[in-house]
Amino acid sequence: MALKIVKGSIDRMFDKNLQDLVRGIRNHKEDEAKYISTCIDEIKQELKQDNIAVKANAVCKLTYLQMLGYDVSWAAFNIVEVMSSSKFTYKRIGYLAASQCFHESTDVIMLTTNQIRKDLSSPNQYDTGVALTGLSCFVTPDLARDLANDIMTLMSHTKPYIRKKAVLIMYKVFLKYPESLRPAFPRLKEKLEDPDPGVQSAAVNVICELARRNPKNYLSLAPLFFKLMTSSTNNWVLIKIIKLFGALTPLEPRLGKKLIEPLTNLIHSTSAMSLLYECVNTVIAVLISLSSGMPNHSASIQLCVQKLRILIEDSDQNLKYLGLLAMSKILKTHPKSVQSHKDLILQCLDDKDESIRLRALDLLYGMVSKKNLMEIVKKLMLHVDKAEGTTYRDELLTKIIDICSQSNYQYITNFEWYISILVELTRLEGTRHGHLIASQMLDVAIRVKAIRVFAVAQMATLLDNAHMLTGNTQRNGICEVLYAAAWICGEFSEHLENPMETLEAMLRPKVATLPGHIQAVYVQNAAKLFATVLKSQEGNTDSTTAQEASQLMIDRLPLFVQSANLEVQERASCILQLVKYIQKLQQKDVEVSEEVCALFAGELNPVAPKAQKKVPIPDGLDLDAWINEPPSESESEDEQPKAIFSKEEPKHSRPRHTEVDEKELARRREARKQEQANNPFYIKASPSSQKVYQETPGVEHIPVVQIDLSVPLKVPGLPMSDQYVKLEEERRQKERAEKKKKDKKKRKEKRSGRGKKHDSGPESEEDITPAHMVDIVTEEMPENALPSDDDERDPADPHKALDIDLDKPLADSEKLPVRSHRAAEVLKSPAEDEEGENVSSLEPKKKSSKEKREKKKDKDKDRKKSKEEKKKKKHKHEEKEEADLLCGQADEPAFQSEETNEVVTPPTSTSADVSDLDFWLSNAPVPSNTQEAATVAAAEAAPAPGAISVTTPDSEPEEPKDTEMEETKSSKHKKKKQKREKEDKEKKKKKKHHHHHHHHGDKGGEESVQNGTVEEEEPLPPMSNYCLLAENSYIKVAYDIQGNLQDGSQVVVSVIFENKCDSFLKSMEFNVLDSLNSKLQRPEGSGPHDSLTIPFQLPPGVSNEARFVFTVQSIIMPQKLKGTLTFIVKNEESSTHEKLDFKLHFTCTSYLITTPCYSDAFAKLLESGDLKSSSIRLEGVNMPFHHLLARICFHHHFSVVERIDSCASMYSRSIQGHHVCLLVKISSQTVSVDAKCDEPTLLGNVLDEIKQTFSQC
Amino acid sequence: MIKAILIFNNHGKPRLIRFYQYFAEDMQQQIIRETFHLVSKRDDNVCNFLEGGSLIGGSDYKLIYRHYATLYFVFCVDSSESELGILDLIQVFVETLDKCFENVCELDLIFHMDKVHYILQEVVMGGMVLETNMNEIIAQVEVQNRLEKSESLPFILH
Repeated sequence: MALKIVKGSIDRMFDKNLQDLVRGIRNHKEDEAKYISTCIDEIKQELKQDNIAVKANAVCKLTYLQMLGYDVSWAAFNIVEVMSSSKFTYKRIGYLAASQCFHESTDVIMLTTNQIRKDLSSPNQYDTGVALTGLSCFVTPDLARDLANDIMTLMSHTKPYIRKKAVLIMYKVFLKYPESLRPAFPRLKEKLEDPDPGVQSAAVNVICELARRNPKNYLSLAPLFFKLMTSSTNNWVLIKIIKLFGALTPLEPRLGKKLIEPLTNLIHSTSAMSLLYECVNTVIAVLISLSSGMPNHSASIQLCVQKLRILIEDSDQNLKYLGLLAMSKILKTHPKSVQSHKDLILQCLDDKDESIRLRALDLLYGMVSKKNLMEIVKKLMLHVDKAEGTTYRDELLTKIIDICSQSNYQYITNFEWYISILVELTRLEGTRHGHLIASQMLDVAIRVKAIRVFAVAQMATLLDNAHMLTGNTQRNGICEVLYAAAWICGEFSEHLENPMETLEAMLRPKVATLPGHIQAVYVQNAAKLFATVLKSQEGNTDSTTAQEASQLMIDRLPLFVQSANLEVQERASCILQLVKYIQKLQQKDVEVSEEVCALFAGELNPVAPKAQKKVPIPDGLDLDAWINEPPSESESEDEQPKAIFSKEEPKHSRPRHTEVDEKELARRREARKQEQANNPFYIKASPSSQKVYQETPGVEHIPVVQIDLSVPLKVPGLPMSDQYVKLEEERRQKERAEKKKKDKKKRKEKRSGRGKKHDSGPESEEDITPAHMVDIVTEEMPENALPSDDDERDPADPHKALDIDLDKPLADSEKLPVRSHRAAEVLKSPAEDEEGENVSSLEPKKKSSKEKREKKKDKDKDRKKSKEEKKKKKHKHEEKEEADLLCGQADEPAFQSEETNEVVTPPTSTSADVSDLDFWLSNAPVPSNTQEAATVAAAEAAPAPGAISVTTPDSEPEEPKDTEMEETKSSKHKKKKQKREKEDKEKKKKKKHHHHHHHHGDKGGEESVQNGTVEEEEPLPPMSNYCLLAENSYIKVAYDIQGNLQDGSQVVVSVIFENKCDSFLKSMEFNVLDSLNSKLQRPEGSGPHDSLTIPFQLPPGVSNEARFVFTVQSIIMPQKLKGTLTFIVKNEESSTHEKLDFKLHFTCTSYLITTPCYSDAFAKLLESGDLKSSSIRLEGVNMPFHHLLARICFHHHFSVVERIDSCASMYSRSIQGHHVCLLVKISSQTVSVDAKCDEPTLLGNVLDEIKQTFSQC
Repeated sequence: MIKAILIFNNHGKPRLIRFYQYFAEDMQQQIIRETFHLVSKRDDNVCNFLEGGSLIGGSDYKLIYRHYATLYFVFCVDSSESELGILDLIQVFVETLDKCFENVCELDLIFHMDKVHYILQEVVMGGMVLETNMNEIIAQVEVQNRLEKSESLPFILH
């Protein structure tokens, strides 16, 4: 052995280690890839060697190469090998590599479950730590399910180092396996008050992460967190808690009220900027949650804004950034307070730091008003010109559009200005947001009817200058704008000054280089323009213009007919044929314009983006129901629809082909108008563009909205939009002057202080009237639209599954599906303890006067309880001493000591608060000396457990005289609580008999029977499947067998070794004599008779568990395997070699796996007739029926399918897929079990085993 | 939650990468490149927060970084972390490295990537802050190093 090691280390001396690899890579700068590939070849060779040191070295190098971007997943199995090394050094390397490159689809992860479990329960805390760290990076749903219980146990490890890691990793477990949240939560909550600050911080961290996504489930923890907040001095914990409160306050405004004071105090007192900042943030959240009209909170908002201003003015860029970030939150609800700092924010727009500029931009969004919009946008436009990188410039562009278009263009008083801003933006080169500008243009042109004339003119210019934009045809580039321009010019062509020119511009050959979808719009809108031209020429004796137009179309359209884009091609060829036909008619002097215009008649209304989604489903319409008989599957699929088609076709086709004559058209139009008039969502415009179409032929009759265009559109030197700013200024001034005149008049009549405001202060928002009245057509929504603004969550969000109510008591069914039965028991206990703790937590220990009321409320319960408590405490106390001896060992004893601790630890005052959030919230405002109160509570918590019941006041005044509303509310609560407590107490009674050693577990059974009533809620006696394997004076060995879900030929034997003597047990080896049917799985390379080394040693009094995997072939018969355990007993003087023989009994039950089954599937199974039946009768069973069922479930791995009175159906499945169904009936101490199974031998054996179970009790 | 921790030098060469969410290797390299590109063009006297890494994160995520001599330490975090807190954490981490390597420099990170990982594992676990107390971190790292040393003596069976 030693020689092998020496040889290994000599080998290693010649291998490259990580440092050599790095050095080599640095020396091969020119041919790095080649060098690395030779290194990888070497690594592959090294991985083939047996020596684990060499392998670990190779894996370590691979981790480095992974960082450089090399895929090393091919070595996943070797990584697992290194992980399972017994040496910490190598294990650590293995886990590091795994954490860097394993992920959910790495298939070897399946192989690691047992190794990780072993490491988790290793006596060396660093093995456990390394495994936890690794696992946190690659935990999969399977690993989470299988290891949840082991990790939960570690949360109560004696070493804080392990506890904090276990607590943290639980978050990952919850994410992957949400079912574990409820069973594990009580213990997690308990860790909030762990004596170790690291563990406490970890627990706060986890709960904050959970609560951030599903805050409502954690509201009941608010009192506990509140106490932590006022007592903790760890800034990390404080920050997390304060952040958490920020998430909770929107749900409970009363909480916010309670928080304001302590938070304000913290803001004043703390020196840590990070804490101050989070406090300000949460105060903001509170203020947002509190509806307005709280005058005394204006002080808080002032404080926040003032502190933030200090941050923004700070020379530290980080604080500046955060200040702006927080400011934007205030902005949403208290824009006034922020607007006064406009100067500061505009100043930040000039900051050299992009992050800060972006934040300032965000703020601008909320700071604009009708008054300053133009000014701010002007400033932004300057920045657009100056901006270097395109990302920032694009950001500016979107912000400008955001700012202008916000709340339905609320702040825009002059749309001409806005259109010219948009046109100016099109001059940006290389922007990605052409599409955004385009959609703005369309939106404005469609919705603001008064602006159409102006917009059309601008768009025509754009089309004319299209060559300026088409320079870059990047995807999504600025040429998108042409899409909008072409459409606007076409759709509102009646406003065009010179439609012929625009038509020509739209049919230029250069257009063919534009993207297909834009060409398609060009072609379609050219047709619209054509129609307008024809119409304008109607009645004109000289028809040359109209004919020119037709000729132009016929000349230019063939270019588009050849387009590769189908859409363009199809539209172009249609329109080309149409125009050719029109030309023929024109030559015959037929008036066609009316018909051509009819092609494009009709108003387009803007439809709200969500309109389709919001159409309510009419009553009685079931979209999932068949409207006819579903087609039978036997019929061929394509025949049926064909038949339907041929039948229906004649009906459809006729109306389609009938010409829609003018009368009909008019009638329809009339009907539609009528409909629009009745439609509340349709805002009627006075001069409808449609009327223009029909009633006023000729351009000269088109009503043109008068615009104060005193200045020509293009003035050299000034950007267009600036002129509008100027114009607008003038207009406003004029308006103001007029108003002043009026005011003066008014003031003469009515002398009041009100007039001053107009004189001295700047004009207020309302004073500015838009340049001309604009109809902003609202977007159409369907009638009866559902008002809900459902912001749906991403269905892939893993936190969705974690939206679990944590306050409901834990049901028995919610156990974690862990392979170990010990686990099931372990799981139940903390849950029960938790409930128990809730009860004991009501024990009043707070003396402060304001909490007295609560004390009164609880006193009656306390009186009843205190006696019981005393008894129990004594009992538990004894156990604690015993447990203390075991401390610091493997997880098994650690768990025990923890469980006792759980009860012994005097419940601190906060847990009492938790029990009634409403009450806590309705309490008087918190005093400033909470710190003091907390220390008092802590001091009270200190006395020995026995003393606590003494401090419990036994006599107290009767009912509290509650006059307040809250009191009545909470008394309701109280009743409910009392009821629950009664149940809890009953449980407690039983729990007195609960022993933590598995072997004695079965005792409690008889006691519960005396209760007589068969209640579902009645607690079950603790049970254990571990049975004694062998025992001598040194060691006691118990075992349990479970089937392996993944593999039909494997069973896992969990063996608990308990050291009974005063000596150290080491070098334990476990061996089993294999039979033909069953074999112990040994590591690769070992012979069939080699024994397995048990990976731990046992100090005196300690027990630990090991698992062994057996492969079995046939599972229909029970079987016994002989085996031996050898070990060395070592004490100070001597060491002896000892041996213990045993027989492993593989029952048929152990091949069954608890599998849930639904009643319909169960019924189908029974109906199928594949199952053979058999039955047994059990006499003299005197236990409640649900106990009986529980026993069958627990000991024989069944699940209850359905239970009606004293009859139940049960189901289980073997690892090889046999179905086992039971029908259990009870009548006066006689139980009959009718069973069915597809394997009669298996069934017979299982029934025998069930019989045996009940004969034992 | 911390989504990723990246350490790279002034030329964008990775010195340690630690993703707490799975990305394929080529994606990881792309993220490093993008992050380097974003971070490296920033002056030293601008703020340490950065939004807009498109490959990693999204709107809820931020890059928080510090620049020490030749190295960038970049943390990608979501909104549940305190920005200033993470800056402090980076400081704690670097000071811990400084103590463990005695005047840490880029070469230490280059040649002892594994050790840097082990130290980081005591600070952040699975994307969550594990320990912020430097003395505690150093103590745990040292105990584990001693454990490793004791195992490397092949002739003393224990």
